[in-house]
Amino acid sequence: MSDATLNTSRAAGTQGPDKQAAAMGETGKPVAFRGGGFAPRSPKWVGVAVFVVLIAIAEWGTRTGWISALTLPRPSDVLATFQELYQSGMLFKHLGPSLARLAVGALIGVSVGVSVGVLIGLFSYVRAGLVPLVAAIFPIPKIALLPLFVIWFGIGEGSKYALIAFGTFTPTVVATYGAVDNVDRTLIRMGQSFGLSWWSIVRKIVLPGAMPGILSGLRISLAIAIILLVAAEMLGAEYGIGAYILQAGSLYDLERLFAGVVILSVLGVVTSTVIGLIERRVLGWRT
Amino acid sequence: MDIKLEAIGHSYDGVRVMRDITLDIPDGRIVCIVGPSGCGKSTLLRFIGGLERPMEGRVVQMGEAPEGCLNPLTYIFQDFALLPWRSVAGNISLVLEDHGIKGAKAKAIIDDVLARTKLSDFAQALPKQLSGGMKQRVAIARALAVNPAVMLMDEPLSALDSQTRELLMDDLVSLWSRQPFTAVYVTHNLNEAVRLGHKIVVLSRRPGQIREVVEIDKPLDQRQFGDADLDEKQKYLWQLMREEARAADAELLNV
Repeated sequence: MSDATLNTSRAAGTQGPDKQAAAMGETGKPVAFRGGGFAPRSPKWVGVAVFVVLIAIAEWGTRTGWISALTLPRPSDVLATFQELYQSGMLFKHLGPSLARLAVGALIGVSVGVSVGVLIGLFSYVRAGLVPLVAAIFPIPKIALLPLFVIWFGIGEGSKYALIAFGTFTPTVVATYGAVDNVDRTLIRMGQSFGLSWWSIVRKIVLPGAMPGILSGLRISLAIAIILLVAAEMLGAEYGIGAYILQAGSLYDLERLFAGVVILSVLGVVTSTVIGLIERRVLGWRT
Repeated sequence: MDIKLEAIGHSYDGVRVMRDITLDIPDGRIVCIVGPSGCGKSTLLRFIGGLERPMEGRVVQMGEAPEGCLNPLTYIFQDFALLPWRSVAGNISLVLEDHGIKGAKAKAIIDDVLARTKLSDFAQALPKQLSGGMKQRVAIARALAVNPAVMLMDEPLSALDSQTRELLMDDLVSLWSRQPFTAVYVTHNLNEAVRLGHKIVVLSRRPGQIREVVEIDKPLDQRQFGDADLDEKQKYLWQLMREEARAADAELLNV
């Protein structure tokens, strides 16, 4: 089929271009490839490999004496400390209160943050009034406010919840109202043109449309929550990962310090993975 | 239900975009609005559907919407405006939910409109899985679901390739032939205008005014691709618009 059309077009055409093409064919070279790239993927084993290599270097360095024991604890010692922590049952005694503080604080901060963010995204006066306020609160190191929170909410759990909630609140607000601003306006016009109520438009169009932005804001908020957990446990906490790390730090017990830090890192990886799973479930509609 | 436009005028930031537009949209007919870009065609459509308010004049609805009509003035948008997180059936049920239509009753309506737009097999598909033509058919199905008295179509076929456009025009004609609906059809494509319009309103460039109203009496289902008399009309329309379009193209965009 294609041969036939080629032949007829040749027969119809003049000889000139054909000869030229033949001459070019002799010396022709393939067109250089210059596409590709800019589409990163993440093969699973690479991330693990990076951890393994770094830990192996640390282990090797401390064993040969190339890294002194004061600079960095030996990874195998940290592991031993961790085992001890687990076997003595102290791990869960520390982990339990910390997770509770994290969950309650982040829940309060994120839910208030999402609500305020949506309000800023929808109402001119709320936006005019609160955007500067949020901008003013955002850069305050929340740790500096811990004494204030202790006075307001007491030395117990209250001040810890408040610190974490306050710390997650601001990034959530900023991410949420940015996400609401980015919801496709034609979808909102569509909702109005079909006579949907205001509340329906917010619930069925604005919120789902803002979900990608809210979830990526959540990644940042929860990381900040973990950072603030240590700060929250600086005052008046007997148990908790943060308390454990601070105690080890003040004694220069590097093995325990690192064991605590590893727990925080794992916590970070776990939350990030969980959000990734939620994204895959909730945002399956994205192209 | 007829729609009357009475002396509509409008300006944006002191720039006059529309002047003295008076127009009748009779029941059961398709009125096409054509004009050079920036003449305010889409703005006019938003006035008719009540999404925007004109500064001068008014849009009047003559008579009541027929029984069972959930949303008398219903749009079909150029970019489909489907919710990407809802399936085809979910997108249609969206516009029924607010009228308290749920469960079996909603399913009956959804099945009916999907059958009319030949989409029955795709009820559970997400918009990202559909081609442009199918997306627009979903949008048409959604519009049919609320039983509109007037369909307001804002360049509904402009985002589609030309073959799909031909097919969808046939679909629109067969929908209309089976059950005539009233429509205002905004387009910059004169071929669509002569194929679908009973009445073609030619607007001038900014400030948009009615230059001429061309009537085509030939029944919609007898109009074919490449009909000589339609080509004649199309040529005539293009002559009306040519200079306007050239001048409009040379203007700065500030709307």
